[in-house]
Order: sequence, then C-alpha cells, then structure tokens
Amino acid sequence: MIHVSGLTVAYRGRPALRDVDLHIDAGERVALVGPNGAGKSTLLRAIAGLLPATVGSVELGGLPVASLSRLAVARRLAVVPQVAVLPFSTTADDVVALGRLPHEHPIRGMRPADRAAVAAAIEQVGVGHLMGRDARELSLGERQLVLLAMAVAQDAQVLVLDEPTVHLDLRHQVEVMELLGDLNARNGTTILAVLHDLGLAAHFFPRLILLDGGRVVGDGPPAEVLAPDRIREVFGVDPALVRLPAPA
Amino acid sequence: MAGPRFGPRSRAMLLHRPVVLAAAGLGLLFVMLIVGVAAGTVAVPLGDTIGILAHRLLGLDVVRTWSDAEETIVMDLRLPRVLMAMTVGVGLAVSGATFQGLLRNPLADPYVLGTASGAALGAAIAVLLPVRVLVLEFGLLHLLAFIGALVAVFVVYNLSRIGGTGQMTSLLLTGYAVGSLLAAGLAMAMYLSGAGLRQIFAYLLGGFDSASWLRLATALPLVLGASVLITLRARSLNGLLLGEEAAGHLGVDVKRERAILLGLASLATAASVAVSGLIGFVGLVAPHVVRLMVGPNARLVLPLAALLGASLMVGADLVARLFGEIPVGVVTAVIGAPFFLFLLRRARTGYEL
Repeated sequence: MIHVSGLTVAYRGRPALRDVDLHIDAGERVALVGPNGAGKSTLLRAIAGLLPATVGSVELGGLPVASLSRLAVARRLAVVPQVAVLPFSTTADDVVALGRLPHEHPIRGMRPADRAAVAAAIEQVGVGHLMGRDARELSLGERQLVLLAMAVAQDAQVLVLDEPTVHLDLRHQVEVMELLGDLNARNGTTILAVLHDLGLAAHFFPRLILLDGGRVVGDGPPAEVLAPDRIREVFGVDPALVRLPAPA
Repeated sequence: MAGPRFGPRSRAMLLHRPVVLAAAGLGLLFVMLIVGVAAGTVAVPLGDTIGILAHRLLGLDVVRTWSDAEETIVMDLRLPRVLMAMTVGVGLAVSGATFQGLLRNPLADPYVLGTASGAALGAAIAVLLPVRVLVLEFGLLHLLAFIGALVAVFVVYNLSRIGGTGQMTSLLLTGYAVGSLLAAGLAMAMYLSGAGLRQIFAYLLGGFDSASWLRLATALPLVLGASVLITLRARSLNGLLLGEEAAGHLGVDVKRERAILLGLASLATAASVAVSGLIGFVGLVAPHVVRLMVGPNARLVLPLAALLGASLMVGADLVARLFGEIPVGVVTAVIGAPFFLFLLRRARTGYEL
C-alpha cells in the first residue's frame, strides 16, 4: 500500500529524512515512534505528497505519489489534521462534512452517499453528542475526536494520524486506539500513526517503526523495536520507564 | 451513539434553509431594484416605475400612465445607476468572502491586499497627469484605478512568496506593508494635486452618480464572470477552513487554488473600485451576515452574500441620493463601522492572525 524507497527529504536546506526504506501492506497497523525531531511528521507529509522527495520515491497503492493529483491522494489517504483555530463559527457537523471534500460533487456538494458516510463516521467515532455545537467552543479533546470523525468520513484506504491522542484523557486515548483497531478489522483500513506514548504504541500496534535523526533505526514487533538498550540509546531515558506488554 | 440533533438539523436546516434564504434574497433584491429606481429627487410613483420597467425591459403592453421625462429618468439615469450599485455590491461581497476564506481571517475585506490603495494611487496619478483620454466612457482615472488595484495585488502576492513559503499570514502582512507604502504615495499625490484634490476625494469616497449603460456593460461581465468562477471553486475555500495543511490533505492544491482565487477576487474588486471608487464595509459585512445564517459553507455563502451585497449597495446609494448626493462610502461606513465592532467582539473567541 505504502512503499518508500531511498527517501531523502531536505527541508529548508537540512535533511530531515535520510535514505528511508519502508513498506506497509494494505490492512497493516503501524505506529511511528521516535524522539522529537526524528522526522516522523516529515515522513507523514512526504507519504501524503505534501513534501517532495529530494532523493528516492514514495508510492501509494503502486503509483508514485508525486504523479497523483491532490484529489487522487485524498481519496486514497486520509490524514487527521492537527487541531486548528477556525476563522468562522463552524458547527461540528460542518467539520465532519469536510471529510467528504474529495468525494462530493465539485459544484453541487454533498450527495446522499456523502451524507451517509458522514453519519456513519459520526456514529463510529461516537461524537453524535457534539453535533450541532460550535466547534470553536469544544474542548481540545472533543475537537480532536471531531477531526478524527472527519478523516474517517473521508473513507480512504489509508488513515494517517499525527499524535491523535495528544489532547485526550486516558479513557479517550484507549477508545481511540480501540477505534483504530476496529476500523482496521472491519474495513481493512491501513493505519499509520505517529505516537509519542511508547506504551500505547506497544499495546495497540503489532508493528512499530522507530525513527531517529531522520533514519529508520528499528522496524518490527514492539518487543523487538523497543528493546531496553535501544530505548536508552534513542530516547536517552531509563528503559524501566516504558512498560511493554508481555509477549503474547 | 449518533446524536438525535444530527438527523433533523442536517435535513431540515442545511438543505431547506438556504433555499428559503435565496428566495428571500432575490425578493429583497427585486424590492430594492424597484425602490431604488423609483426614489430620488424626482420621485416616480412605484406603479409607474414597475410599468416602465415591464414595458421597456419585458416588452409588456402596459397602459401608459407616465410622462416621457419619467421614462427617461427611470431608463437612462436610475436603472443603470441601480444596476451598477448591484454589480459593485456583488463584486465586493464575493471578493470579501473570498479573501476572508483564503486568508482565514474574519476581518479581511476586498481591500486587504492593497487593492484600495493601488486603485486610489492610480486615480490620483490620473488626476495629476495633464492627459485626458476617454475609452468607452471611461476616463484615465478609471483605467489607472483598475490597473493600480491589480498591480498592487500582483506585487503583494509576489513579494509574499520571496524567501517564504507563501503562507497566508505572510500575504496579509505584505499587503499591509505595501498598502502603507501606496498610501504614502497617495498622500504625496494629493499634496501635489492642487485643484484636482476635490476630484481625488470624490473618487476615494465612492459613489454611483456617474453610472451609465456603457460603463455597466464593461464592469458587469468582469464582476459577474469572476464571481461565478469563484463560486465554482467554493470547494477549495471550504477546504481552507481547517488551514492550508489540512486543505492539502483534503485534496486541495493550495498553491494553485490560492493563485486562481486571489486573481479572480482581485479582478472583481478592481472592476468594482474602478467604476465606483472606494466603498468600504459591504465586502466585510455581507459575507458575515450570511455566515451567521447559514454557517461557513462557501457554496452557500458566496451566492447569498452576492445577493445581500447587491441589495445593501442599492440601499446605501439610495440613502446617499436622498441626502443630496453624499458619498456612498460615507453611508456604508456609518452603517458598517458599528457592525465591524460587533464582529470584533464576536470574533474574539478563536481569532488568530
């Protein structure tokens, strides 16, 4: 589904990714972990085609992402955006409906199928109680869930998330993780998520990719990628601080 | 758990409310057309006004109850003037809505990227030049105002891209800087203008007293064409609600759409200011009133704001005429400034540069 080979991305003259190779099959669930500045967000943006490759290539469903139009990318890959300040009063429904942008009629707007997808996404993410409210008056966590519903409504084969749980309390963090597992199991959606919480990543994702200094330094099951000496080396902390699940 | 509020709201309000509002907007526009044509120093009775319009525009066989003078006033003076006010109202409302959406700034108006100061400087230079030309009833003042507005936006757009990523904030700040520079040029031109000062001032304050069919025939296609093309790209403006990055992920080619929408909105603004001078607040007020009613969906906001902007402008021109040809820009400022304050208070939750 996602194939990255020899990818180097220079951002403002400084390489943010160096010679990255990775392959993610359709239907996989992968967490991207690594310290601040490791290049996680840059990698997501390169996969989404928003940052051009300096060297190497990114393929999405067998096609080079650089050759796809923005619309074609958006139909294949949905990204949960960071919580942004809205310039105008906007209801939560209107925000979720933005997920249909790549599918709706370019001039007439949403069709019945789009409305159905929006309703389904609201149901699936469990944000029905927020509908009708001004999105600017919601809490950060609530807004994050509304944006997640928007990306789910986008109905793409790949769902990309950059720190999807950063504003959420523990219960909502777990709920979002379970929701991602559910989307993956029910619809076969490929999930790629940047996570800071290594425990959360290790508990809910079968495969982790560890980035450090713009390079892939680990790729595999959590227990292997997050070996104690690797945690000490990459994150510079005592490995005892990270509790990993017992091997199944 | 799907909220019970979602179903009824999405069906009943999001679908039917715009239709009702569009009908109301068209009705208001029709009323403003009749009243705008009938009222003035020489008041033509409403019945006669409708009769003249039905007879001359629709070719209906109406019993003639009016004088030739009234027919001339309606057809040659008032009607082009009212239609011109509508055209400019549409142009400013649509470009205002576009700039607000593009810059993600509720306080943006059609003049935010230097259009106003560019047009003003162009007009002032035309007054200073000893040359007199007349093309299609347009003097040098209108031509240079039109060119000045477009050149100002072009310069702002290109300057904002130098050394940066062309972010919207950079655009806004560049617009402010260039606008200040042009304003200095305008001040200098006015200082040097001597007897032409009154003419420059009259232009700056705006008005429709010089409207004619030929001028309308030049401005209308530009304004309407640009407005329709903008409305067809409403999707891009919707995508930008969540920011440029999110718009990119939702399938909007942000760089391309920004350039196209900026160009179209600037064209509508330039055509409007060239024929009417600088009339403020309509481009700010009309889109926001519509957003308060239907939300931020640009597919609804753009056409409804166009209808409202047209009606507001005819109303403002009517007030200007009834008070003995005071500048329309003064009227819109008197009504618009308090609204602007109201907007500032509302915008405080969630406003960022």
